[in-house]
Amino acid sequence: MKADPIGVNSGTYFMDGDSACCEGALAAGCRFVAGYPITPSTEVVELIARRFPKIGGVFIQMEDEIASSIAISGAAWGGAKTMTVTSGPGFSLMMEHIGYAVMTETPCVFVNVQRGGPSTGLPTMPGQQDMMQARWGSHGDYEVIALAPNSPQECFDLTIQCFNLAERYRVPVFLMMDECVGHMTEKVVIPPADEIEVEPRHYTDLKPEDYYPYKDLENQVPKMIKAGDGYFVHITGLTHDERGYPAMNADAHQKLVNRLIDKIRDHVDDIVLLEEDGMDDAEVAVISYGISSRVASRGVRLAREKGVKAGQLRLISVWPFPEKKIRELAQRVKAFVVVEMNKGQIVREVERCAGGRVPTAGALNAGGAVHKPEEILNTIMGVAS
Amino acid sequence: MTDSAVVEEKIAGEVCAAAEDARLTNELEPYLRMDRIPHIWCSGCGIGTAVNAFVRAVIDSKIEWKKLCVVSGIGCTGRVAGYLKLDSFHTTHGRAIPFATGLKLANPQLNVVVFSGDGDLTAIGGNHLVHAARRNIDLKVICVNNFIYSMTGGQAAPTTPKGTIASTTPYGFFENQLNLPQFVEACGAVYVARWTTFHVRQMRKAMVECLNKKGFTFLEIISPCPTLYGRRNNYRAGLDEMKMFKEKSEIKKDADVRDAVMIPGEKIVVGKFIDRERPSFLDAMDEHYREVLKDAYHPYTGAMI
Ligand SMILES: Cc1ncc(C[n+]2csc(CCOP(=O)(O)OP(=O)(O)O)c2C)c(N)n1
Ligand code: SF4
Repeated sequence: MKADPIGVNSGTYFMDGDSACCEGALAAGCRFVAGYPITPSTEVVELIARRFPKIGGVFIQMEDEIASSIAISGAAWGGAKTMTVTSGPGFSLMMEHIGYAVMTETPCVFVNVQRGGPSTGLPTMPGQQDMMQARWGSHGDYEVIALAPNSPQECFDLTIQCFNLAERYRVPVFLMMDECVGHMTEKVVIPPADEIEVEPRHYTDLKPEDYYPYKDLENQVPKMIKAGDGYFVHITGLTHDERGYPAMNADAHQKLVNRLIDKIRDHVDDIVLLEEDGMDDAEVAVISYGISSRVASRGVRLAREKGVKAGQLRLISVWPFPEKKIRELAQRVKAFVVVEMNKGQIVREVERCAGGRVPTAGALNAGGAVHKPEEILNTIMGVAS
Repeated sequence: MTDSAVVEEKIAGEVCAAAEDARLTNELEPYLRMDRIPHIWCSGCGIGTAVNAFVRAVIDSKIEWKKLCVVSGIGCTGRVAGYLKLDSFHTTHGRAIPFATGLKLANPQLNVVVFSGDGDLTAIGGNHLVHAARRNIDLKVICVNNFIYSMTGGQAAPTTPKGTIASTTPYGFFENQLNLPQFVEACGAVYVARWTTFHVRQMRKAMVECLNKKGFTFLEIISPCPTLYGRRNNYRAGLDEMKMFKEKSEIKKDADVRDAVMIPGEKIVVGKFIDRERPSFLDAMDEHYREVLKDAYHPYTGAMI
């Protein structure tokens, strides 16, 4: 399906990442946003608040992030494409409802413009310290999708992608931005509406009497309904059967949780987005995501100048983790370097996939500022020697 | 949820209205998920009475069943959503109101009812209650107040009357308790009433009034929980608490919310406290943007996909 022109501000702009994220959401068809202000994400909702009355949407500034994170689930069942926007402390408050959206298979988008933590930490400075929280922050076992843009242009493109994936897999999808990418201003091209592909909501064709909310599956993903259309569904965060009725037994739980996980794991190849640079002959694979990838490319170039065959692999989607790719690389590179603004989150995933076959080093910092290219160079030189 | 079989024998003679309604339950079957019966509630519990009155009220109110959604939080009352044959949502503890807010704002044609427990709505969910009432979101909140957290085993709630026993207040509750009608009135609700499960007819009428009124309405239903509250506080059977409701209730016309505080052994003020007009969130939003943005305003018409 093509984007509705009313939400698409086509043109070429000089725009920051937060604004581009807002424009992406509008282009994707988002018409309900609930949020609570927090630096450095606030500009996204401020712009939404400005734009919605002119295109027909509802923005509500809720009383807190807990309310925002469940209001978007309610709105999704009301038939809207929905989003909430936050940063670390707010993301922590949202965790229970990420699990609820997973369990009830509610399509919705969570934008996290990351800042340095823990706690209130560094409100106006970047971090990439919520990556594991995105993966495991809610209780229970689950799979989600998380994308990490490294430019305002990608904030636009990947926001649309988040909405599309949310509809396709009926999961909460995270846009893991960071303060730098949110506040940096660059050229952003917003294409005409008819060049923007948006995933429609997949409603069931069945009649109410034939429909069970968790039975009408396509690729393990159930077809949805909209409240008020006479399907009389029951939706619960409890373990449920195909009818959506609570089913308090281990068999029902295995069946449900396995499907929730498999519907993502079995489609990893459709979801994973990677960018490679100089990887063909690389001996050191430098892995990064988000804003760190921009300094990482500089580090890779400096290493090449010094005669080290370094290459860059950028994770555009971080979750589900591109295990296959890392395992394959572990067969042919001599070392991995992971560049991230935290004290070791994705580096552990890389280590896990490398399985001890090749060494993995982290170019890590605690957030607050992006790496200096020399820090990355030094780490590369360290593993290369 | 555990034992309380004693209740059943006594109920017939004493509480005629409730018994009569119970006998008529069959005609409500089309509105209930009969494939989920038996329900989880204990005998003598008041939640079933409230559900019974609710279904009848919906029929009386003539609102379209298809467009009616019930949202619950977590708790014994939180299970209400699961027994009604309509679009029903069992959410997280305390968050029924913000879920319902999203549902209603995304599709303004829906009639959204939040049906949940006192602990759920006023303790963990207290902040949401404040702000939904303040914004006058068009939600009908039905709060079953049994003075206790039942589903988790009878711990104290913000509504536990001073001096009474809960599992976490073995020597008696000593905090100040919330007076719910006064609380929601102060927050801005347009309709506030309270009835006990003894007052089935009035309760049903109040539900009809809520369903037909636009804006944030709040109905408190004082309800027995023989299993966890009654047992510890000298009301061993559901009927004992019902008797107390009958004896202690004082029906007041235009009662003052300040009189609604509940002191053990003293009167329970019931009736309609507030019935006033204020623009709902969506109406206020619409009117405001029309005025400020004029032709640039593109009204929100609900679900887009
Ligand atoms: C976040 C969270 N905290 C605590 C609980 C446990 N819990 C379940 S029900 C409940 C209390 C319910 O009490 P109330 O709302 O009064 O409903 P009742 O069972 O009395 O009808 C609590 C604390 C939970 N499910 N989720
Ligand atoms: S509220 Fe009390 S009586 Fe009612 S089901 Fe729960 S434990 Fe049983």
